[in-house]
Amino acid sequence: MAGSFDVVVVGAGIVGAACAYACARRGLTVAVLERAGLVAGATGSGEGNLLVSDKLPGPELELALFSNGLWRRWATELGDRYGDIELEAKGGLVVTGVGPGADGAAGLAGLRATARAQAAAGVLVESLDPAGVREREPAITPELAGGLFYPQDMQLMPAKATAALLAAARADGAEVRLRTEVTGLSRDAGGRVVGVRTGAGPVAAGHVVNAAGAWAGALAGLAGADTPVAPRRGFILVTEPVPPLVRHKVYSADYLDNVASGDAGLQSSTVVEGTPAGTILIGATRELVDFDHRYNAEAVRRLAEGAVRLFPPLAAVRAMRVYHGFRPFSPDHLPVIGADSRVPGLVHAHGHEGAGIGLAPATAHLVAQVVSGERPDLALGPFDPARFRTEVEAARAAA
Amino acid sequence: MSSGAPDRRSEHRRGAARLAVVGAGPAGLAAAVAAAETGAEVTVVDLGQRPGGQYLRQPTVAGVRPDPHPGRAGDLLRQAGGHPRITFRSGHQVWSAEPAGDDPSETWPSSRRHSSSGGPAGAVTLRLFGPAGPDTLTAPVVVLAPGGYDRVVPFPGWDLPGVVTAGGAQALAKGQGVLVGRRVLVAGTGPFLLVVAAGLASAGAQVAGVVEAAPLHRWSRHPLAVAGQPGKLAEAARHFAALRRHRIPLWRAQAVTEVVEDGAGLRATVRRVDADWRPGEVTRTVPVDAVCVGYGFTPSVELAVALGCATRIDPADGSLVVTVDELGRSSVPGVLVAGEATGVGGAGLAVDEGRLAGLAAAHRLGLLDDAGLGRAAAPVLRRAARQRRFAAAMHRVHRVPDGWTEWLRPDTVVCRCEEVTAGRLRADVTGYGLDDIRALKLVTRVGMGLCQGRVCGRAAACLLAAASGRDQPLEDFAKRQIVMPVPLGAVAEEGPPQ
Repeated sequence: MAGSFDVVVVGAGIVGAACAYACARRGLTVAVLERAGLVAGATGSGEGNLLVSDKLPGPELELALFSNGLWRRWATELGDRYGDIELEAKGGLVVTGVGPGADGAAGLAGLRATARAQAAAGVLVESLDPAGVREREPAITPELAGGLFYPQDMQLMPAKATAALLAAARADGAEVRLRTEVTGLSRDAGGRVVGVRTGAGPVAAGHVVNAAGAWAGALAGLAGADTPVAPRRGFILVTEPVPPLVRHKVYSADYLDNVASGDAGLQSSTVVEGTPAGTILIGATRELVDFDHRYNAEAVRRLAEGAVRLFPPLAAVRAMRVYHGFRPFSPDHLPVIGADSRVPGLVHAHGHEGAGIGLAPATAHLVAQVVSGERPDLALGPFDPARFRTEVEAARAAA
Repeated sequence: MSSGAPDRRSEHRRGAARLAVVGAGPAGLAAAVAAAETGAEVTVVDLGQRPGGQYLRQPTVAGVRPDPHPGRAGDLLRQAGGHPRITFRSGHQVWSAEPAGDDPSETWPSSRRHSSSGGPAGAVTLRLFGPAGPDTLTAPVVVLAPGGYDRVVPFPGWDLPGVVTAGGAQALAKGQGVLVGRRVLVAGTGPFLLVVAAGLASAGAQVAGVVEAAPLHRWSRHPLAVAGQPGKLAEAARHFAALRRHRIPLWRAQAVTEVVEDGAGLRATVRRVDADWRPGEVTRTVPVDAVCVGYGFTPSVELAVALGCATRIDPADGSLVVTVDELGRSSVPGVLVAGEATGVGGAGLAVDEGRLAGLAAAHRLGLLDDAGLGRAAAPVLRRAARQRRFAAAMHRVHRVPDGWTEWLRPDTVVCRCEEVTAGRLRADVTGYGLDDIRALKLVTRVGMGLCQGRVCGRAAACLLAAASGRDQPLEDFAKRQIVMPVPLGAVAEEGPPQ
């Protein structure tokens, strides 16, 4: 195996697939190299959330709003030729003060402050009293203080979206090579990355895009461009298919705190949503435990407990499956996007933690602009791959 | 062990119970009896309302006459049922299992009870769901004897009401005295078809015929395997005599390749098939109320896989089975596996494997020393080896080659739960470049429904392998921590005490 491409994308998850799609349709020659199979990583282990609701004003929210529009367009472009990606503009519902003993007043005050700030940044948000929440979600517990409704929140089926993006990229000439692990990056005399080495031989590239998800830190390390992206494990419970019971993506306000936290221990909050297949997905747990594939029964118990507290009728619905995956966790909760100033030729597209599905199109659009030498539509400063000097030096010192 | 406890039963209740057995079929009962005879306290967990499993199924409805169970297997029901050290937890489903206490940050109710009684930490925590709700059972040693389920291959019409598994039809008749139809056809491959046909006929059904895909003359190629098992010859002779008595024709080297609705009933198309099961000319169409299909068995390995036990492909029939030594010890210390989950071999072999696993469990618990284990196991090992040779010959005669894939049409459903057709599956494999089971499941939803691939997994893997040109590891369909669907309310309750 060999070849020479304008862009070699490492990783065939949603971000890699989106980058391949965005680059190939601009006429760039693209190869996607994937160490495992299709949707083998976090893309195949998530819920498919496209959220603006869980982001505070700032660069990530801008990325999310940009992506939100792109996904709507992409869904139409892809759906006609490459299959339905099950994009549902169902809206998100954040609730607070759930269950006995919850401090509803404080929770509500916090939510309303968040909503005001988000609204000022262009997010559509509607404040709901308990009756308003029940009107949108008739099966939800009556024991809650209120909530916020976000009509822009959407959901899609990540595996289908990834498969469709790759099929579309292939139609534009891209090559997708599965089970091809990158073992090293080739540099020229000036230190520029000019390709990758794989078990099946070298592949030359004008740019190498690191879309390796939770493995992105290891890939960057091969180029000496240390990036402190680490796997953050999450479990998801899936129920048997049932008639519609949960209409929106519904989550408890403590999810926001969990997402924003960098705590290594087990954190759980309740996120519940239905799917077109009739199953109900229940998240979300977060643990920094490296790539530990062992089952954590306590994490799964908490998921079930939280879901039943939020939607009491779920107690009688059967859990059918549980799975886990590893989100690419970035220490400052911002993704890593753009050219690496330390290593010319290397472009990063990772570190989205749990928001990779939602942020993939904007990330891919920016990456395509970077490799084409265009000025990016969003400022990349906050996502600068070289911004983690402190973390990198601390890790080196510890080693 | 907390010896010196004044009352064995209270010790048992405190969680010092020595052996947990999952499954009350021939293998599980044999393991329970063998271990209990050495002094072990045994708890047998089974989903059925009464012990016996499928082979020794007992009626659960008043007025249904129980099957006479000949031989050693039948004795087991009496021995286990009356044993003072064997407790049954019938009607309990084991929905998950994990190593107990391997992570100090995790505490389970049962392991806490262990430590307070000074007993050894449990090797395995089984999560149960029964009539009274959720429960856990922790034991230092477990024997898994979950058996198997009917293997089916898809064909046009296999998803119609009235097309059932041979095992399902037998269970209905044995357990509830209900017939799947007045006039039925039994089709597939393997000696189990004869058993089911004879059983249905004696329960009052008119069996239109038995359609056996294998050319049975292949048995003549295995004279030694048969000679080593004179009992099996007698058994086969009994089944054939029963067919003759009920005037049931046996159509060999033929298969039901399509079933369609016909008025209030069904019409089955029977075709001749070659050695690879590629379809030939139509030999007959048969109007019936029900078609019972069975293509051997799929071992139930999910619980063992969830516990991390190593698996392998059984060369005899290509099934995914748990890797065990000759005494049933898996790769995980304290986890023993017996019966069909270690290789499909029938009830007789399952009894022997269960007995060996029960003895090995007693040895691990310190109730038998090396010499005692060797003495008790030796005669059983010899008998088991003979039965395995016979089972291997049986699999060679009744193998399931891939030619059935030519019976399919694009609109033939492969996954019934998610209604995925063969055409959709093949188109997605080619169109998206899918080449492994995980991606196939996620993109097409095949095997993602309530059965979690138990019914369609092997067929889907076969179609994927053919369409992608890449062999598929069957373990990808067996890996799941929730082994059986369980109410979320039960999952929520199952945690450390507050």
